[in-house]
Amino acid sequence: MNWLWSNLDLVGELMLVHLALSVPAIILSFVISVPIGWLAHRYRWSRGVLLSLCGLLYAIPSLALFVALPPITGLSLRSPLNLVIALTLYGIAVIVRTSADAFDSVEPDIRQSATAVGYSAVGRFWGVELPLAGPVLLSGVRVVIVSTVSLATVGAVIGVPSLGSLFTDGFQRGIQAEIVTGIVATIVLALALDWASVLIGRLLLPWSRPSASARRLSVARVERVDAA
Amino acid sequence: MNLFFDGIAWILDPTNWTGPGSIPERIGQHLVISAVVLVIASIIALPVGGAVGHTGRGKDLSVMVSGGLRALPTLGVLTLFALWLGIGLQAPIIALVILAIPPLLAGAYAGLESVDRRTIDAARAMGMREGQIVGRVELPLGMPIVVGGIRSATLQIIATATLAAYVADFGLGRFIFAGLKTRDYAEMLGGSILVIILALVVDGCFAITQRLVVPAGVRAAMATDLRSRPTRPRAAVGRPITEGNPE
Repeated sequence: MNWLWSNLDLVGELMLVHLALSVPAIILSFVISVPIGWLAHRYRWSRGVLLSLCGLLYAIPSLALFVALPPITGLSLRSPLNLVIALTLYGIAVIVRTSADAFDSVEPDIRQSATAVGYSAVGRFWGVELPLAGPVLLSGVRVVIVSTVSLATVGAVIGVPSLGSLFTDGFQRGIQAEIVTGIVATIVLALALDWASVLIGRLLLPWSRPSASARRLSVARVERVDAA
Repeated sequence: MNLFFDGIAWILDPTNWTGPGSIPERIGQHLVISAVVLVIASIIALPVGGAVGHTGRGKDLSVMVSGGLRALPTLGVLTLFALWLGIGLQAPIIALVILAIPPLLAGAYAGLESVDRRTIDAARAMGMREGQIVGRVELPLGMPIVVGGIRSATLQIIATATLAAYVADFGLGRFIFAGLKTRDYAEMLGGSILVIILALVVDGCFAITQRLVVPAGVRAAMATDLRSRPTRPRAAVGRPITEGNPE
């Protein structure tokens, strides 16, 4: 505990740095994945290809991806941007699948009714499909929040500062309290972001929580990283 | 792109294929440790997950455990155990087992739970004992999801074993950390490429297994894609027109 009290500033600062790494990655992966997921839902032929690609991406070990990205992006290995890109890619791998499932979960009846009352294809997407897919989408984002916050710590071993720096520093100097603090801080941050996303979900999607069966289905699908 | 050629040249360099710490030795270490960890974690997690999926008891608890463990940062767990247990293979193995448990647990209960309750009731009505229901009905039908859980656990293990080279001298991750120390980017990249290939090959093997374990009867019924079915039961008056969802 003494270590924590004398290093409160450091932990706070690293928490902010960690937020700056993970929040952009979470938002970016969501924004990029929803259209891709919609494509996979709308065009059957693209589904297998897109979901297989996501499965492959998800299979790549994080440390290897961090190292392999710079030659492609032209960034330095220690650049935080490099880490954000890698985290975004992992987020995409998860959310594309969930968002394809989310759009699938909108009942065909409802889609037809929307067309019947005069929605255009674009209007139907924004006004009907996206809001109804919202709860399942949110479940995917929650998975990504937890995994991104946890994965961002790995960047510390290649020299990108984050809460993970507490692990590398604590390991090298043999301070257990520092590592424990890092673990607790990472979990707290993940839970706080998760809680915030649920709150935002309640505000934006006040009408429904996913029905028990749909939620179970989506959880089961998130568990399976297989390429359909 | 030149950097990539350097990495591939490093992999192809014959001097890296012999002697202590050579590429084949590191790949062997990586695979052996991953297999050992997978077996230990499976012995712990699969029966528990199976029991939860079969009885439905303790589901909330196991969801919480598998969700909570998922939030654990792998690097933190690795370094903490390394401090406790010292340099050696013990620490990474224990850490890896802990991190492999959530996907295995989740796969096992989701797999058994995914079986239609009516099928299980039918099996029970036919006079099957609980053990038979698990072994002959729930397990075969839920197998693809169980194997899916083993698949994510294995990928998780391979990825974390790479990271474990930070605290112990084994596996392909050594190339990454050795290269990082000597500023030899070709070695780092070569090591990363090997890890990626290893992960993708293992993943591919599991993808095939996952397909093979689908029981023949289920495969026959899968001709119509489940996902394109209407989401709620409806009267049998022919197939509805599913606009925007061509079959």
